Amino acid sequence: MIHSLFLINNAGDLFLEKHWKSVISRSVCDYFFEAREKAVEPDNVPPVIRTPHHYLINIYREKIFFVSVIQTEVPPLFVIEFLHRVAETFQDYFGECSESTIKDNVVIVYELLEEMLDNGFPLATESNILKELIRPPTILRSMVNTITGSSNVGETLPTGQLSTIPWRRAGVKYTNNEAYFDVVEEIDAILDKSGTTVFAEIQGVIDACVKLSGMPDLTLSFMNPRLLDDVSFHPCVRYKRWESERVISFVPPDGNFQLMSYHISAQNLVAIPVYVKQNISFFETGSSGRLDITVGPKQTMGKTVEGLVVTVHMPKVVLSANLNATQGTYNYDPVTKILVWDIGKLNPQKLPNLKGSLSLQSGAPKPEENPSLNIDLKIQQLAISGRLGSFISVGCDSLPAGPCDKALLLLTLF
Amino acid sequence: MRAPPALSASAPRNGSRDSVSGALRRSASSSSSTAAAAAEMSASSAFIDEKGGSASEPEYGHDPASGGIFSTDYKRHDDLKEMLDSNKDSLKLEAMKRIVAMIARGKNASDLFPAVVKNVACKNIEVKKLVYVYLVRYAEEQQDLALLSISTFQRGLKDPNQLIRASALRVLSSIRVTIIVPIMMLAIKEAASDMSPYVRKTAAHAIPKLHSLDPEQKDQLIEVIEKLLADKTTLVAGSVVMAFEEVCPDRIDLIHKNYRKLCNLLIDVEEWGQVVIINMLTRYARTQFLNPNINESLLEESSEKAFYASDDEEDEDKKAEAATLAKRKPYVMDPDHRLLLRNTKPLLQSRNAAVVMAVAQLYFHLAPKAEVGIIAKALVRLMRSHSEVQYVVLQNVATMTIKRRGMFEPYLKSFYIRSTDPTQIKILKLEVLTNLANETNISTILREFQTYIKSMDKDFVAASIQAIGRCATNIGEVRDTCLNGLVQLLSNRDELVVAESVVVIKKLLQMQPEQHSDIIKHMAKLIDNIQVPMARASILWLIGEYCEHVPKIAPDVLRNMAKTFTNEEDIVKLQIINLAAKLYLTNSKQTKLLTQYVLNLAKYDQNYDIRDRARFIRQLIVPTDKSGALSKYAKKLFLALKPAPVLQSTFKDRDHFQLGSLSHLLNAKAAGYQELPDWPESVPDPSVRNVEVIRLLERVTTLTSIPDWSKCTSRKDRKEKKTEKPFYSDSEGESGPTESADSESDSGSGSESASASDESGSGSESEESREETESEDEEEDEEKEKKRKKRLDKTKAKKPAEESAESEQSSGTEDRKRGRKAVKNQKSASESESESESSESEDESEEESEEESESDTDIRKKKTPISKQPPKQSKKESKKERQEMSLLDLDDFEPAPASAPVTPVNFLSSSLVSDLEGLSLTNNILAPTTIAPSGSIKMYELLHRITGEGLAVEYCFSRQPFSPDPNMVAVQIQFTNNTNSETKNLHIEEPRLQSGMRIREFTEIDVLAAGESVTVVMGIDFCDSTQAANFQLCTHTRKFFVSIQPPVGELMTPVFLTENDFKKEQGKLMGMNEISEKLMLGEKCVNEHVIVERVTATANLSRVPCGSEKECRFAGKTVSSGCLVLVTVPTKEGGAAQLTVNCEKMLIGTLLVKDIMQALSQ
Repeated sequence: MIHSLFLINNAGDLFLEKHWKSVISRSVCDYFFEAREKAVEPDNVPPVIRTPHHYLINIYREKIFFVSVIQTEVPPLFVIEFLHRVAETFQDYFGECSESTIKDNVVIVYELLEEMLDNGFPLATESNILKELIRPPTILRSMVNTITGSSNVGETLPTGQLSTIPWRRAGVKYTNNEAYFDVVEEIDAILDKSGTTVFAEIQGVIDACVKLSGMPDLTLSFMNPRLLDDVSFHPCVRYKRWESERVISFVPPDGNFQLMSYHISAQNLVAIPVYVKQNISFFETGSSGRLDITVGPKQTMGKTVEGLVVTVHMPKVVLSANLNATQGTYNYDPVTKILVWDIGKLNPQKLPNLKGSLSLQSGAPKPEENPSLNIDLKIQQLAISGRLGSFISVGCDSLPAGPCDKALLLLTLF
Repeated sequence: MRAPPALSASAPRNGSRDSVSGALRRSASSSSSTAAAAAEMSASSAFIDEKGGSASEPEYGHDPASGGIFSTDYKRHDDLKEMLDSNKDSLKLEAMKRIVAMIARGKNASDLFPAVVKNVACKNIEVKKLVYVYLVRYAEEQQDLALLSISTFQRGLKDPNQLIRASALRVLSSIRVTIIVPIMMLAIKEAASDMSPYVRKTAAHAIPKLHSLDPEQKDQLIEVIEKLLADKTTLVAGSVVMAFEEVCPDRIDLIHKNYRKLCNLLIDVEEWGQVVIINMLTRYARTQFLNPNINESLLEESSEKAFYASDDEEDEDKKAEAATLAKRKPYVMDPDHRLLLRNTKPLLQSRNAAVVMAVAQLYFHLAPKAEVGIIAKALVRLMRSHSEVQYVVLQNVATMTIKRRGMFEPYLKSFYIRSTDPTQIKILKLEVLTNLANETNISTILREFQTYIKSMDKDFVAASIQAIGRCATNIGEVRDTCLNGLVQLLSNRDELVVAESVVVIKKLLQMQPEQHSDIIKHMAKLIDNIQVPMARASILWLIGEYCEHVPKIAPDVLRNMAKTFTNEEDIVKLQIINLAAKLYLTNSKQTKLLTQYVLNLAKYDQNYDIRDRARFIRQLIVPTDKSGALSKYAKKLFLALKPAPVLQSTFKDRDHFQLGSLSHLLNAKAAGYQELPDWPESVPDPSVRNVEVIRLLERVTTLTSIPDWSKCTSRKDRKEKKTEKPFYSDSEGESGPTESADSESDSGSGSESASASDESGSGSESEESREETESEDEEEDEEKEKKRKKRLDKTKAKKPAEESAESEQSSGTEDRKRGRKAVKNQKSASESESESESSESEDESEEESEEESESDTDIRKKKTPISKQPPKQSKKESKKERQEMSLLDLDDFEPAPASAPVTPVNFLSSSLVSDLEGLSLTNNILAPTTIAPSGSIKMYELLHRITGEGLAVEYCFSRQPFSPDPNMVAVQIQFTNNTNSETKNLHIEEPRLQSGMRIREFTEIDVLAAGESVTVVMGIDFCDSTQAANFQLCTHTRKFFVSIQPPVGELMTPVFLTENDFKKEQGKLMGMNEISEKLMLGEKCVNEHVIVERVTATANLSRVPCGSEKECRFAGKTVSSGCLVLVTVPTKEGGAAQLTVNCEKMLIGTLLVKDIMQALSQ
C-alpha cells in the first residue's frame, strides 16, 4: 500500500521521510516538484501524480505537502484519508501541525508513523490507542524526561489494540464525570448580486468532550431527526440503532472527538443572518475605483453576530486600497489581491461600513467583473436549523459505577 | 555535568541556521569527545537536542570552523557509538533519538549498525522501539549483522504476553533479509494459530511482507491465508483480506466459505479493513451473482445511446439481445447478494471518505438500478471534505453521472462552483454539471455558466466555454441560445475567452453551417484581432470549409494571411495552406496566384510538416503533367463532407475500471489492478458459500462422551442433511407449518393444547432441533399415533380423578383457558406432580430426551410451577412415557439413549447437545434446561379493591407465548368482583402507548358475577422497552386509568441454544454489547440450582448446557425484536461470581444485569 511518506514544506524543502517498505530514493519527489511548479497555486497540485514507476498521492495541509509513494493499485481515497488522519494526529499531539512542530518532535513523529502503518497498511489510527502507545509531549513531561531520562513511550503495554472498541482506552477514571456536547452549525450559502439565495445548506457537527469513567454507554436523541438530511458518524456510533430508532447510541472515546456531522439542505430553513450592501465600481478613466460595503443584521433571532469578517477577492489590476472603516480593521494584500475586513461584533445600531477608493494599475483595462464577497460570521448559542438543537437529549444507558455515585452529565449546547 | 541552559538555547538555533552548510561539518561535540569526557559531553549534547528539538541538526557542529568532512568523517558517529555502548538507558535513548532524527531527514546512519543492533535486547521500551525502527530501516543493507538480532525476536515470539509476541513478529517480518525466510514462515504459521486475535492480525500483516521478500513461499502463504480467512474476529478480518489481495487476489474460491461471515462482520471491522474488504467483495460478487439490472440495462443503454448518437448496427444487436432476454426467466436476487448490499449500506454513514467511496462503488457496480440512488447523498456529503477528497470523489461522480444521470440530478446545486475552489475542482465540477444538464435544467445551468465566464481564473473560463459548447451539442433546444451567447463572447476583451469561444463555435457550426454564414463573416473579421493560434487556425478552417457561404470575404482573408504567413504559428500555417487549397479548388480565378505564393512560402518553411504539406497539396491541386490520377479527386478530398465532432466527456467509458480505484482516476491500468470481472452468464453454484457445522458438532459429541455411539452418528447424519440448506436462509417459513401440524396433532387432547402451543413458540427458535426430530417423527408416526390414542384415553379417564381444576378446560375461549390453567397449575402443581411421579419409575423417564428427566423426583421437587412447560404437560409426558414403555417394551432402562429417536414432537424444545448431556450424565446432576424458578408467579396489582370500587384486578406475566401475535408479551389479568352486584362489560379503552407499542385487548367480559373472579390474557408489545403501557379499564359504569409496566426479565422468551451456538452467538455480541459485573452471591445461593432458579425467576430465560459445573448459562430473546439475550454466571470460590450479559440492546442488558444481580445477591 503506502511505501513511503515525504513531508515537503511550501518552499520545496523535503524535511522528513519515512519508509515502510524498502527505501525509495527521495529523487522520486522530483516529479512532485515538477507538478508543483506547474500548478502555480499549492491548491492546484493534482492529488495523484503518475511517475514511471510510482504514483505519488499527496495532500496539502497547513502549508505542508504530505507526499506518499504508492507502487500498486490502491483506492486513492484510502491514502488521502489516511494522510489527513496523520495530519490530524500531529495536530492532536502537538497542538498544531506545522513544519516547526514536526521538526521539534521528530522522534515522536517517527514513532507515530511507525505505529500508524505496518508494511504500508494502517495499523493503529485511533488517537486513544496511539496515546496509550506514545504519550503526547507536554512541557512538564519533556522537562521531566530530560532530567530523569524517562521516555515518551508508554510503560504499560497498550491493551486498546486488543479491544473490540479500539477507540476507547480501558480503565478510564475521573473524579468528575462530565460530558460536553457542542453543536456547531455552518450555513453555506451562495447569494447572487441582489441578495437572493442561490444555494444554501446547513452543515453541522456535534463535537463532544466526554470525560466519563469506565465504559459508559450513551444515547443521544433528537426531537426531530427527520430534519437531518444526511449524517455521518464516528465509528463508535451504532449504525443499526440509528437506522431503526433514529437514536445515536455509542460508547464514547475518551476525550475530544467529533461524534457526528450532519447536513440539512432544506432551503426554507436557512435564514441568512446578515445582509450586505455593496457597491464596488471601477471607473473607465483615471485607473481608480470606489468601494462601499455595509453589513447589517437580518434574522439574527436576537443574538449577536460575532467574528464578522468580509473577504473580497479583488481583480488582479487593483494595486492598493485606501479605505475607511467605521468599525474593525481592514487589510489589503497586494500580492494575493485579497481584501480582508475584520469587523468583529456587529452592532445593529451603528452598521459597520467600509468606504474608500481603490487604485488600479494604470493603463490596464477596467475589470469587467465585480469581485465576489465572502462573509464569515459566528453566532453563539444559536442553531440555524432551529428546532433541531434545542431538543437534543442525552441519555445514559449505562454509566460507570465509578468512584462517584452520581454521574454528572453536563450538557452544553453550542 | 549538564550544559547550562543558555548554551542549550542558543546552540541549536545556530545549528539550524546554517543547516545546509552544516551538513558537511562534523560535530563539535564529537571532536571534543575524547575518552574521558565522552559521557558527559554527549550527555550535554543530548540535552541540547532534546531541548531545542532533535530536528535542528543535532549531529552537526555548532562551531563552523571545526574542520572539514574529509579529515574526520571516519569517526563521525563516535560519540553516538559510545553513548550506545554505555550502560545508561538515558544515554542510549538520546543516541537513538539522534539517530532516528538522522534517518528522518534521510541522512545515512548505516555505519552505526553494529552499535545499534547490540541494543536490541535493551530493557527500556523506548530504546527498544527506536532500535526496531533503525533495524527495519537498515537491515536490508546489513544482512549479516541483522542476523544477530533474530534470536531476540525468536524469544519474543514465545513470550506469554500477546503484545510482545505480536511486536516481535512485526519486527521480525519487517526485516527484509532473505536468509530468515524459513524462520519467518515458521513464525507466521505459528502466529496464525495463536490464541490472541491480535497476534493473528499481526500474522496476517506479515504475510504480504514475506511474499514480497520471497514469492516462492506463495503456496504456503496461501494456506495460512486460508486459515486466517476462517477467523471469526473482526480484528483479523481486515488484515487477512488485505493479505489476500496482495498475495492471491485471484483465488476467489477461498472466499466462498467466508463470504457470509465477512459480510456480517463488516460493520465492526476497523475502517481501513472495511475498505479492503468491500473492494474485494465487489469483485467477488461480480463473479458469483447475476447482473441485477439484466433486464433494465438494455433499455437504459438504448435510451442513452440514442441520446448520443444512434448507431444502426448497435440497434440490431440490441434487438437480438432483447430477444434472448425475453427467453430468460425473471431475475431473482441471490440472498447472499442481498446480504452484501444490506450489510454495506450503513457504512455510507462512515466518517471515513474511503469507506463511503468503497460502498458507493459497490452499489454502483452491484446494486439494482433502483437502489443505486442512495449513494448519491453520501457522495455529495464528501464534497464538503478536503479538496483532495473532493477531487477524487468528483472524478468518480463524473463517471457515474454519465451512466446514471438521474442519480445526482437532485443534488445539482451541490456542484455549483465556489470562487474559492481550486481550479482543478472547478473544472471537475463543470464536468459534472455538464453531464447533468438536460432539457429541464439546462436554463439554470447555463445561467450559472454565464457567471463562471466572468471569473478571473482563465483556465476555468476556458473550461466553462467548452462546457457550454458541450451542452449545446447535447441538447438541441439550446443550441442556438448557446451559439448566440458564445458569439457575444467573441467581443469579449479577454483574448483567451474569445479564442476559446472561437474553437467551440467552430465545432458547433460544423453541425449546421448553412444558417450561420453571418457568424462566419463575423469571425472572419475577428482574425485581425485574435492572436491565439488555436483560435486563428479555427477561424481559417471555418472559412475554408464554408468558403461558398462567404465567397467575397474568403479570398481577402487569404490575402491577409499570406502577408503574415511567415510569422504565424505552425498550426495556423497549416490552416492557411488548407484554406488556400480549398479556395483554389472553388475559386481558382481569384486565388490562384495567392495559393502559389503561400505554397512557395511553405516550401521553405523551417517545419518539415509544413514543407511536406505544401509539397503534397501542390501535387494534388495544381495540375501538371506528372500529377497522377489523384488530382482528379482533389475536390472530393478537400471538400468532402466532414462529420461534426462529437463533444464527449473525457469520463465516458471510464466505468470499466472499478470506481474509486487508482486506475479509474488515472484512466489507465495501474500495477496490480484487478479487473472487475463481467457478470457471469449463468448462476454459479450458490451452495459453495454454505458453511459446514459438522466439525463443531463432532466436538460436542466427544465432549459429552455418549456411550451409545450409534445414536450419535444417526444424529450427526441428520445434522449433515440439515446443513445442506443455506445457512442463513429463512427457515421460519419451513417451521411454520410444522408447528401448526404439531399443535393440530396434539389438540386431540384438550388439556395438552396449551403446552403444545407453548412448545411451538419456543420451537420456532430452536428450529434446528425441531427439524431434526421431524425426520424422526416420520418414522415413528404410526407408533406415535397409537400412543397418542392410548394416552388420550388415559388422560380422559384420569382427568376427573386427578385434577378437578381442569374441569373447566372445555369451556371458555382458548386464551382464557390457557391463562387460567397456568395459574391453576401453579397452585395445584406440586400435588398433581407428586401424584403422577409416584406412579412412574425414574428409569422410564430417562430414556426420553432430557426433558423427561424432569420426572425425576429430585429435580421435580425443585421445579416450580412457572416452568416454561406447565407441569401438567410433564405429567402428560410422563404418562405418555409410560405408554411408550409398554409399547416399546424396552428392557434396558439405563441412562442410555437407546430410545431417544422416539422423542415426541412435544419435546422438540430440547437441543441436541442438552439432549446428549442429559443422557450422558446422571440425572440428578444436571437440571433440565427448562428448570423453572421456585416460588409462584409474582402477581402485580393493577387496580386495588378500594380504588376499583370493589373490582380488584391483578396481573402477572404468564410467560406463555401469546399465540395471536408472537411479538407480544402475554399478560394474564385476573378480575375479582368483590361487590355485591354484577360488573358488566369489562373491556379496555384508549390505550395510550409509546410509539411502536401495541396492545391486543382481551375479549370483553360481558358479565362478572358478584364474588366471582375471572382470568383473561391480553398481549402487549412493549417494543423491548420497560415503558409502561397505559390504558383505561372500563366497566359498564366506571373507567379506571391503569398501567402495566413489565420487569425487564419478562420482555424475553427462552431460546434453546447448544453450547456451541451459545458461544458463537456470544462471540458476536462482544464489546459494546457485553456487560459484565462482579458480584457476591447471596447466602442462599449455595449451589447451581439456586442460581438457576433465581435467574430464571428474574428473567424468562432458558438454561443452556455447559461443560463446566461452575458456570451457568442462559439464553433468551427479546419478544418484540428477537434480539438474543445471553447470560453467563461463572461462580468462583467463596461465593464470588461474575455476571455477564450479552445483548444487542444495551438498555435491556443493563437492566437485566441489575435485576439478576439483585436476585443473586439476596
